[in-house]
Amino acid sequence: MDVDGGEPALIELRGVHKSFGASKAVDGVSLRIESGAITVLVGASGSGKSTLLRLINRLLECDAGQILFDGHDIRDGPAERLRRRMGYVIQSTGLFPHWTVARNIATVPTLLGWPPAQIDARVDELLELLGLDAGTYSDRYPHQLSGGQQQRVGVARALAARPTVLLMDEPFGALDPVTRTALQQQLIHIQRALGCTIVLVTHDIDEALRLGQHLVLLDQGRIVQAGTPTQLLTQPASDQVTEFLGRATLGQRLLALRQVGDILRRGEVTEGAPLRPEQTLQEALSMFLLRHSVRLPVADAQGQPLGVIHFNDLLQGGA
Amino acid sequence: MTTASPRLGRPGATPIAWAREPLLWATVGLLVLAAGMPLLEPIFGALFPGLQRPMYRQETFLGLLAAHVALVAASSAVAVVLGMAAGWFVTRPAGGEFRPLVEAAVAIGQTVPPVAVLAVAAPLVGFGAWPALIALALYGLLPVLRGCIAGIESVPGPVLESASGSGFTAWQRFLKVELPLAAPVLLAGVRTSVVINIGTAAIASTVGAQTLGTPIVIGLAGFNTAYVLQGALLVGALAVVCDMAFVRLGQWLQRWRSQA
Repeated sequence: MDVDGGEPALIELRGVHKSFGASKAVDGVSLRIESGAITVLVGASGSGKSTLLRLINRLLECDAGQILFDGHDIRDGPAERLRRRMGYVIQSTGLFPHWTVARNIATVPTLLGWPPAQIDARVDELLELLGLDAGTYSDRYPHQLSGGQQQRVGVARALAARPTVLLMDEPFGALDPVTRTALQQQLIHIQRALGCTIVLVTHDIDEALRLGQHLVLLDQGRIVQAGTPTQLLTQPASDQVTEFLGRATLGQRLLALRQVGDILRRGEVTEGAPLRPEQTLQEALSMFLLRHSVRLPVADAQGQPLGVIHFNDLLQGGA
Repeated sequence: MTTASPRLGRPGATPIAWAREPLLWATVGLLVLAAGMPLLEPIFGALFPGLQRPMYRQETFLGLLAAHVALVAASSAVAVVLGMAAGWFVTRPAGGEFRPLVEAAVAIGQTVPPVAVLAVAAPLVGFGAWPALIALALYGLLPVLRGCIAGIESVPGPVLESASGSGFTAWQRFLKVELPLAAPVLLAGVRTSVVINIGTAAIASTVGAQTLGTPIVIGLAGFNTAYVLQGALLVGALAVVCDMAFVRLGQWLQRWRSQA
């Protein structure tokens, strides 16, 4: 991964191997995961991405190699102490069905022995952060929630003790597209607000491109390419990378990484329903085609005109 | 889940809630029946006019009831402790290999009729309560073990994974997650075990243990149907009361589970 050598990585994997019987799930992976960003491990099923994640919190142990967390070998000290510093979110949420929402969120603070008043305050704070009303949801049981609400609680539980890193294994895989998009937006929002470090596993390249500041593309237990989304799209290391990113839609995916605001020409005006500066250029392209126009107006949330975008400008920058 | 259910034995329960408790009245009924059985002598006399002594009087029925309950409680306690320990062990990663062996051994314990176990145990440990205790404990082991294993296996994999991933130790995970979630199925196993043992304990009188089976065994040997009926009535009533108690215990466990 491209990091400036001086900055120590939060998590560093050195030649990590893991086999299950004869099959090599993780085959010599070395990787540096930076603090304060979302790193996405992406690959097809069987690529070893989930195994890699579970090696980091020692739900699985490496056969060979070393993993450093905050400068220390993760095998120093008990696994439980390590895991309490790492939030863990899985696809099927794994909420404790016999505990209320509040009790679920309080799991790790309770294990760490926080004072009850502090735990209660933290639970309320997290419910608010995840957009769940504390009065309504605190005392509900997981089976009384929708899938999206359950996963919000799952994320809140993982964040509860202010972990150094959040590990997420296909966290939105079981949700419908609308809920999934909403939760992805919320995760980006939370990550920017808290500045936390997230390692997320997904097989969905769109999700990876949307969420990841760093992507690690895995195949058969090995890293195929690692870099920023733009690097992967514009400088694919091999045909395999291009294939995985979707050859036919590469250009649109690249546009999806940039926003209308990036190519805004301030001061100009034109007719029509305006776009918003935070919309993606992929959406803008769609609008250009739909309206048979090479110029589209842009306005802010209050409808105040900001300027115009030009079709030709789509071709510039980004790469 | 409703909160309207009577809260037996919990602080805040009103005397009126206590008085409405069916288990309480069933227990009182059982004790009254045991204490007042001799008063029913005219009825048994009328039912069985050919009998010179239509009422069993060697021991008091209350004494027999107490001895019966003590024997069942002791043997069930052994069965529950051993069954749960074995169930815990074979559901751990280290104990998984032993599971078929443990299940087979315990199944044999239940396949052999209790009378046979009594017959084998009596010459080894002598007559009285000890052979009965051994036979009943062995006999009660299988339902407890089965319930324990089935209960623990009913806990969803993702729940266990997120418990481990959250930083529970193996023991915390067992006590706070596996056991509370396994409790309903586990309790059903214990209930089966205890209720079976109440019936089986009556047979233990054949090796000299004092139980409610004593009048039954004496009655059968001496063609005294009245004795048989008196013993059987109380064994049946005890089983019913015990079953009701387990229903209550199950409701109480439901509440405990959410606080464990």
